[in-house]
Parts: sequence; structure tokens; C-alpha cells
Amino acid sequence: MALNLTIAVASGKGGTGKTTVSANLACAAIEAGHNAAYLDCDVEEPNGHLFLKPRISHIYPVGIPVPVVNEEKCTKCGACGEICQYSAIVKISKTVLTFDNMCHGCGGCSLVCPAGAITEKERPIGVIEEGDAGGVSFIHGRLNIGEAMSPPLIKAVRKAGLHGNLTIVDVPPGTSCPVIAAVRGVDYVLLVTEPTPFGLNDLGLALDMLRELGIPGAVVINRSDPEYNHLAHDFCRERGVQILAEIPDERRVAEAYSVGELAYYAVPGYRKIMQQLLTSVEREAIG
Amino acid sequence: MKVAITSQGKTLESKVDTRFGRAGWFVVIDTNTGDYNAVSNEQNLNAKQGAGIQAAEQVSRQEVSALITGNCGPKAFRTLMAAGIKVYYGTEGTVAEVLEQFHNGTLSEASDANVDSHWV
Ligand code: SF4
Ligand code: SF4
Repeated sequence: MALNLTIAVASGKGGTGKTTVSANLACAAIEAGHNAAYLDCDVEEPNGHLFLKPRISHIYPVGIPVPVVNEEKCTKCGACGEICQYSAIVKISKTVLTFDNMCHGCGGCSLVCPAGAITEKERPIGVIEEGDAGGVSFIHGRLNIGEAMSPPLIKAVRKAGLHGNLTIVDVPPGTSCPVIAAVRGVDYVLLVTEPTPFGLNDLGLALDMLRELGIPGAVVINRSDPEYNHLAHDFCRERGVQILAEIPDERRVAEAYSVGELAYYAVPGYRKIMQQLLTSVEREAIG
Repeated sequence: MKVAITSQGKTLESKVDTRFGRAGWFVVIDTNTGDYNAVSNEQNLNAKQGAGIQAAEQVSRQEVSALITGNCGPKAFRTLMAAGIKVYYGTEGTVAEVLEQFHNGTLSEASDANVDSHWV
């Protein structure tokens, strides 16, 4: 049976090693013979390319549709401003103002306009770059500098990556809208955490979010540390979530990271952990 | 003419509110008659975005010609300009005192926003 699995790698906060885990997991997937795709949805600060070093072959812009008002057709009824939840369009006195960078592109205003006065134009928010990284289909989004509207770009990255039979999604850190855009519809989520009390607090928030979205998942402990590991184990037992891997805090992994090398190829023990993690995820996710 | 002043309370004795989009109240005064009424801005206090734009719309509905406030961001300013409302910056004292300054001509008309958008 051909596999068709999308796995998201997320974390409650930045700097837990989420990108390292997802990029290396992609290597394990290729070695296991899968047609693997790596999607970097951390569009504000994509960094998977630093390790996977893709050859980019395809670049295209992504935008969102924002309203343009034809003043001549407009009857100044104000319906557009009333429907907009984001104050991105407002009828004021004898004119209608639009605020492009606040518009979420929902299309509500053009839908309700009784005069057919609203058309849409595309406002660019970023680009998608696609390429090949040693057999891994590589896709990432780059949000334009200063742009606040990341979810549409994240959705576009997800859509662009539909063709792999094992897709790994590198999720932006946190638990806000961009995270939800990145994990929506995936089959399984790996939450990468450090075993420290701070790390576990953020892990708890991320777990709450997954429960709410109804997506199954498990925990990967990164930089595991004898001093704190029992805390992580207690925490996960209490929350009823499995730990699928524990990655020791090895200097060679950090060294590989610092020079942009994949620990998968540079550190033998690490490769083994990633292979086992992949097997466990497949087992858990397929059930 | 009618003038709106951002205020922390509902009367002429209330202190002015330096915020515009998230001001507590707008005290609207008819300068010909001296009559005034207070308009609550409560629904904007918790707005995630666009509080300044909504506040400008609110003020415009009162058909005022001028607004006196402490801080105004670029989006609110653009909306107020579109509504033909002149903006004056006045931040000290009570609504009555600021109104007095306005009458004496000590407040000058603003030509631009004076804070970045995240303020509004
Ligand atoms: S498209 Fe949606 S968000 Fe944008 S202005 Fe229209 S109603 Fe508002
Ligand atoms: S809904 Fe259409 S007609 Fe009404 S104010 Fe908006 S643009 Fe004008």
C-alpha cells in the first residue's frame, strides 16, 4: 500500500530544534524509499534551506485579493464596511476607504456590495520557492519584510506540497493563527520540546491547541537532559501523550547545526534515532 | 460647529484621554450653543485591529468638523481626513480646558499622524 501521510513538526516556542528534527526526518524518509516532501511553513523565518540546501527551480509570488472600489458605481451604502471584520474597508462621509494591509482577503465586501462596485486586485505578500534537496521535494514560503498576513502564504505552501507521499511540515513556533494554518488537515503532529520547566509549559499550550483541533500527535524530547527528563516523562504521562523519541544533547549535533550540516549524515547515533522516529510515526499515524 | 474631544469620562470636567482609537469617551460639543453629549467608545476598546478607523467613523457620524485628541495614528488620520474632520492635538487638563485652548487658537491644526499605527 502506498503511503500518503502528512506529518507536522511543531513546538510551543522557538529554538527547540524543530527545524533540525523536520529536516533530518525528511532525510530518513528519503533513505527509507519514500517520495518525501519538506514544507517550511515558518514563512517569517524559514531556515530549513540552510540544512537541506535545495536547488531552487521554481519561484512564484503569492498574494491575497484586496478590494478596489469603483467610486462611480458606489452608492455609499456602507454595507462593505459593516461586513468587514478587520476594518479594512470603511465608508466614511462621501467616500469609501480601503486599507490593503489590514485586509484578510475574505471577499466578504465584494459579495455584499449591492452596486457591484467592488473588484479585487492581488496584493503580493510573499513568494514560494520550490526545488530539490537530495531527493527531497523542497518547498518553502518567504513572507515579504514587514508583512503581517502570513496564513494565506502558509496555506499556499501546504497546497504546493500536496504531491509527496510522505510530507513533513515545518510549523512556525507558537500557538497562534499561522500555526493553525500550518497544521490544519495534517495526519499527525510531532511536538518538539526541551525537558525544562519552561519548555514543558509551552508544550502544554501546544497540546491544548492540538486537542482543540482534534489532531493526534506525540512528543519528541530534544536536548534531553538527565536532570530534567523525569519532569518531561511525568508531564507527558499526566497529559496522556506519548514520547516517541528522546534526542540527547550531543555536542556533535550542535556542531553540525552551527555549520549548516545535517546531523543525519554527520552523527551516526542521530541517524539511528531519526530512523526509529520515522518508523514510530508511521506506525502511530497509520494506526 | 461641532467638536469632539477624547475624554476619560462623560462630562466637561473629565480629563482628556490622550488615546484616540481606544479613548474611553468622545465628548461632542456644539460650539454655538455650548450643548454637549458624550459618546461611548467601549466597543472599540477591545478591537483587535482597526480601532482608530472605527473611532474615526464613530466621530464622523456625530457630524463634527474637528477632533481634539492626544495621539492619532496614520490610518485613523487618513479616515478623519476623508471625513473632512480637522485634527488638533491637545493633551493637558480637562475637556473644558482643552476646549478653551481650542477657542483661544492655541491648538494648531495637525497635518499628519503623530504616532505609529500600533498605537491606535
Ligand atoms: S476582503 Fe474581507 S477583509 Fe478584505 S476588506 Fe473585504 S471584507 Fe474586509
Ligand atoms: S457596499 Fe458597495 S456600494 Fe455600498 S459603500 Fe461599499 S462599495 Fe459602495
